Amino acid sequence: MAIAQPPGSGGASATPGSSAPFVNPQKGLPDNVFLTTLNAASSWARKNSLWPMPFATACCGIELMATASSRHDLARFGAEVMRFSPRQCDLMIVAGRVAMKMMPVLQRIWLQMPEPKWCISMGACACTGGVFDTYAVVQGIDRFIPVDLYVPGCPPRPEQLIAGIMQIQDLVQKTGTMQGTEFQYRTRPTGPAPFDADEIIRIREGQMQLTPLELPASLKRGNPALEGSA
Amino acid sequence: MDFAALNEHLGGVLKSESFRDNTRLIVPAAQLDDLMSHLKHHLGFDMLSDVTCCDYLEYPGATDRYGVIYVVVNTKTRERLVVKTFVNDPSPTLPSMYRHWKTADWTEREVYDLFGIHFTGHPNLQRILCPPEFESHALRKDYPLKGRGERHNFPVITRAES
Repeated sequence: MAIAQPPGSGGASATPGSSAPFVNPQKGLPDNVFLTTLNAASSWARKNSLWPMPFATACCGIELMATASSRHDLARFGAEVMRFSPRQCDLMIVAGRVAMKMMPVLQRIWLQMPEPKWCISMGACACTGGVFDTYAVVQGIDRFIPVDLYVPGCPPRPEQLIAGIMQIQDLVQKTGTMQGTEFQYRTRPTGPAPFDADEIIRIREGQMQLTPLELPASLKRGNPALEGSA
Repeated sequence: MDFAALNEHLGGVLKSESFRDNTRLIVPAAQLDDLMSHLKHHLGFDMLSDVTCCDYLEYPGATDRYGVIYVVVNTKTRERLVVKTFVNDPSPTLPSMYRHWKTADWTEREVYDLFGIHFTGHPNLQRILCPPEFESHALRKDYPLKGRGERHNFPVITRAES
């Protein structure tokens, strides 16, 4: 009856046939024992088993689905388990524009995710608002939630997203700690200030008086509705 | 539909326009409810297809601020009619069409949300698209394209809170 035995007790030896395990003469340890830190070991486990939370609101979400499907196969990187419950996820991928009505939802979902957690801002809209510079669209989610990695593009191709996830894996391996203590120093907002130069221009334009539109005479000619209003 | 008889019924306040197959009636806001009631209950316009609005601020030659447009359909004769009326600032107000057509519930809420037209007699006049704490009416022409800072009114969450 073969049962798993602890290493060093003779069962899982590197040299079959002999009862004593092979011992590395330089370290004085059996060959199947690794020496590492708990931080590195837990980070290694975490980076190869990222569970993404797909916050897909627009066309970037289609690319996110393509990344997860067979051709690009996110499972190669151990990140294929997309869960729609934030409590089971540790990597939020915000794919698409976030309207001002959606921002409280996004913040709530982010707060519900257990630590350690990371956030990818995918695509131009999630990073900066993109072409949607209107009253209803948040101009970059990094103004209101912490973002670890930006994936540019409109929308990014799956290869770009995979490159981003591999960079997140590097980040987890290099900075991760067992207790997630690397996050406790990141208490300052990392995004742009709420009112940048563009917003100041907008406020100034909003305070200017509205003046009636004056059309040139050449445009008014032949139009009875316009000729009388001059 | 007999326009002359309808106009006589309402005391001669109606105006009519037509463009291709599109017939429009222009009615003062005071007679709107009479007209719509007559269209529903006597002329067989049993479906309110759409309620929408147009802001004529700075429009050349315009005399009123808001035009509210109703599209009614007679599903028996497939007749389609556009009814248009005008309201002005301050407090643009119209009677609700909810008691004639139940579909006016959501369409009038949309016009209220985006243009700020109040419909008296509406059972539940709340915002339908914008969030409830939104204060402006977004499709008015004097509302700036980039808003009045609504897209910035959120708490900033850092790693300290999460």
